[in-house]
Amino acid sequence: MGSKSSSLNKIPNAQELMQETGFSAAHILRLYERFEFLDVDQMGELRPEDFGAIRELSMNPIGDRIISAFFSPGKETVDFASFVRILAHFRSTETNRTRDGAQPEPANSRTRKLKFAFQLYDQDRDGKISREELLQVLRTMMEMQVTEEQLQSIAERAIQEADLDQDDAISFDEFRKSMEKVDIDHKMSIRFLS
Amino acid sequence: MQRCRYVHLWLLGSVLPICLISGVTSVNGDVALLHQESHLKPLSEFKSNLNQTEQDNGSRVITGISIVTFKWNHVKTPYLVALWILVAVLAKLVIESLPSFVTNVIPESALLIAFGWILGGIIWAADLQQTFSLTPRVFFYFLLPQIILDAGYSMPNKLFFTNLGGILLYAILGTVWCAATLGLSLWGCQAGGAMGALDIGLLQYLLFGSLIAAVDPVAVLAVFEQVHVNEVLFIMVFGESLLNDGVTVVLFNVFDAFVKLGGPGINAVEIIKGIISFFIVAFGGSLVGLAFGLLVALLSKYTKNIQIIEPGFIFVLGYLSYLTADMLSLSAILSVTFCGVSSQKYLNSNMAESSVNTVRYVMKVFANGSETIIFVFLGISAIDKTIWVWNTGFILLTLLFILVYRFIGTFIQTWWLNQYRLVPIALIDQLIMSYGGLRGAVAYGLAAMLDDQRIKEKKLMIGTTLIVVYFTVILQGLTMKPFVTWLKVKRAAVAEVTLVEKVQNKVFEHSLVAIEDISGQIGDNYLRGKWKIFEEKWMSRFLLTSEARKKQDYIFNVFHQLNLKDAVGYVDEGERRGSLEFVRNESAFIDFKKKFGDEFSEVMPDIMAAASDDPDAMRRNPVSSVSLQMHEKTMQGMRETEDIDAHHLLQQHLYKGRKQHLHRYSRNHFDINTDDNEVQEIFQRTMRNRLESFKSAKMGLAPAKTITKHTKKDQQQKMPNGKSTDTSKNYYANNEGFEFSEGASGLEASGGSFPFRVNYRAGAGIENPTFMPDQDPMAPTQIPPWQAEDEPDGSTVSPSQRAQVRLPWTPTNLRRLAPLRISNQSTDSFAQADTPASQEKDKKWPPPPPPPSDK
Repeated sequence: MGSKSSSLNKIPNAQELMQETGFSAAHILRLYERFEFLDVDQMGELRPEDFGAIRELSMNPIGDRIISAFFSPGKETVDFASFVRILAHFRSTETNRTRDGAQPEPANSRTRKLKFAFQLYDQDRDGKISREELLQVLRTMMEMQVTEEQLQSIAERAIQEADLDQDDAISFDEFRKSMEKVDIDHKMSIRFLS
Repeated sequence: MQRCRYVHLWLLGSVLPICLISGVTSVNGDVALLHQESHLKPLSEFKSNLNQTEQDNGSRVITGISIVTFKWNHVKTPYLVALWILVAVLAKLVIESLPSFVTNVIPESALLIAFGWILGGIIWAADLQQTFSLTPRVFFYFLLPQIILDAGYSMPNKLFFTNLGGILLYAILGTVWCAATLGLSLWGCQAGGAMGALDIGLLQYLLFGSLIAAVDPVAVLAVFEQVHVNEVLFIMVFGESLLNDGVTVVLFNVFDAFVKLGGPGINAVEIIKGIISFFIVAFGGSLVGLAFGLLVALLSKYTKNIQIIEPGFIFVLGYLSYLTADMLSLSAILSVTFCGVSSQKYLNSNMAESSVNTVRYVMKVFANGSETIIFVFLGISAIDKTIWVWNTGFILLTLLFILVYRFIGTFIQTWWLNQYRLVPIALIDQLIMSYGGLRGAVAYGLAAMLDDQRIKEKKLMIGTTLIVVYFTVILQGLTMKPFVTWLKVKRAAVAEVTLVEKVQNKVFEHSLVAIEDISGQIGDNYLRGKWKIFEEKWMSRFLLTSEARKKQDYIFNVFHQLNLKDAVGYVDEGERRGSLEFVRNESAFIDFKKKFGDEFSEVMPDIMAAASDDPDAMRRNPVSSVSLQMHEKTMQGMRETEDIDAHHLLQQHLYKGRKQHLHRYSRNHFDINTDDNEVQEIFQRTMRNRLESFKSAKMGLAPAKTITKHTKKDQQQKMPNGKSTDTSKNYYANNEGFEFSEGASGLEASGGSFPFRVNYRAGAGIENPTFMPDQDPMAPTQIPPWQAEDEPDGSTVSPSQRAQVRLPWTPTNLRRLAPLRISNQSTDSFAQADTPASQEKDKKWPPPPPPPSDK
């Protein structure tokens, strides 16, 4: 434990981060190692190109969306704290239950997870998934076998399913409603190694 | 209640002959079927039996030709088998017909066992000896395989493999734990003098422990299917029960070998050999199953031309995998499990849809049937004085230890597992998991296989096993439901798949993989991603037909499924409402059918013209939605009814023509099938058309009401009627089919250009050139009743709202139907007139590209 906390010292704001995100010291350490590994030019900040260097990610259909989710609008870089905060969305909710009360809404809560997923679609950040935005996601995810028109009808149908106020777009509330039955915690959590 | 009574009578009727038969059998001194089959080679036995009877017949002095002979011995075995199956199935019938408050409370398996008791009692009373019992051979070779195959085949693969770690832990460690602790504890208790003098050594105790350790998939499924617990809990218990059967058989064999070897022969080497063989047997069996599963998948790639027997392969090869593994002394249960698990995906996408359904159905029939038989026989087996050796201490202690160690084992393992699980297993789930440790027929089968030469207390063990089975299946099964309710166990969500969810699931999957990549973890998702890539690259290429690979896209499939579901719901709803609330339309329809046969066509021209405008509207609205949502429609009641009505009409006529002319028997070809699919498809497309037009109307794109003659002509020319020649030719010979084919081909062509965007030109049937001229002369002034009825109340409304609402599509249907009606009178002229026209069209217009995805 002692060695861990000593190496934790070199991480800025480690304690606050742990407090905020619920990651353990070991998690933070491990993530920091990863961060440094990705940070090729040792700037203490990651640029989109650093993410692009991850080979598997380039094969992921929504890889670039995930990457851009790490960057808050207008920013070209992401520092370690934000990096961890984003990753914290993917912690499972269950383990957090014992330590609630610290923050009103931890990043791995159901709503925050959904919000994250929602923003993967909502590229223009207007709080709505428009038909075009949905189509883009579908287009990247479906293989070539589906024609554009089929895609359109799928998008149309998906929007109709979720769209409650008939504005031809899915707002976050509608999105959340349509996901009501989905076990988000199962679907959007990974196990972070420590 | 009345119904039940009849059923009971039935049952009584069926039981009586069996009692008689069994009486006859025992007189013959040859104990009946199941007993007989317990010999090593039932088939050869059966043959020799036949030979014997033939000899008997031959040696008899023939004094003359007897007109009727009673050859009981000749048919005895198969006859009894068939009778028993019948009785078991009737038992199920009886049980299902019990009042619902009984069946809701008591699980079916318990009722079946109780039924077995009663039946056994009757037989006992008639025979005064136990004639039938479940023998290991029958059980392991004829009853168990299909249940396991079904379980493997319908396994939710993703769920199974995500939780595979936990399942394996429970299945292997849990089983070993239960076997070892039970054996040791019983042995300890005996040493302590708790059970009196029993001639059982430590090894025998361990053997007994291993046979009774396994949770039984049959029992678990029977109980858990009625209690809808959440899917993770279910897969844990079920997966464990499935795999640990394999484990327990292996364990049993190892200990059996040890018992044979005897105490002194066992040294460290033998024990190590035992452990190694344990793993080889388990994994070897799984590998054999995997190989067979891939073989089935590969075969199904090439079975396109033998669609009739296509569904048979999985059964034959599944059984072969079972037997092969058994032959190699590998775990047969694991083998057949993995055969099902590995082949399901490829089979389902390779085979024709009807074959897929057939496989599912037949699988269920077999599995459910054997399950029923097993439980009934478990009951019957108990009614036998000779197996009951009572030892209160032994029996009670066994029960106690089984329960206690199951709980302890589960808690320890889950605790360990939860250290690594993403979403830990909740305490309540653990409780249910422990409590769901039902023992079943596998334990009994193994107990019956014990060698009574070496194990002196075999009878006691069988008896105890039976009691354990009864206790767990009946008592625990009975209390499971209240427990689940009481503990508020998370139930399975009644998931209605929506497209949004499915799309989102995909997004989740991808983002998890991405996040694992970013954070540099090699976790489940990473592995899953790798497996996906591997599968796509290799497995799919080798095992899937090219069409199946195209159809593979998950989201698109769901989309298709949803549309199909809506379409079906649409028709159902329509028929329901049509018969209840819309009597007016219904009666009108009948009238129309009876009286106004061809006059009906009179309404065609104007209606049709209105419809002919529609395609333009459609073109203006390129993003066509195919959504057939009922809710949307219920809000627009009136429109719906018209629509439904027309649909009803359409449907009836479509199917009628079909049935009449395709009533052919063929064993090798399933033309009927493909044609039916076609009908189905056409029907769906029609519905899309109609929905489409709905949409346009809703959006205020109501077609112009003016009649424009030239559009009609346009329509005719534009009509890409690619398939019409073929189809109409086909049906030429049979008059009945012809008119339908005309409609069908038109529709098909309409769908052909693009399945989802609907163009009216074809669907509307307007293009039918032969029909138009015919119509006009016939047109009488009479107004069909349904129209007439419309007029008075709708006179003010009709030009505006109402017309907008219904005009565009009602006609399309009526239009399509019209030829049907007419042709009853003059099919020939029709046929003659039609062919040249359609051929001409074919010349002008190349056939449309095949629809990208129909199924």
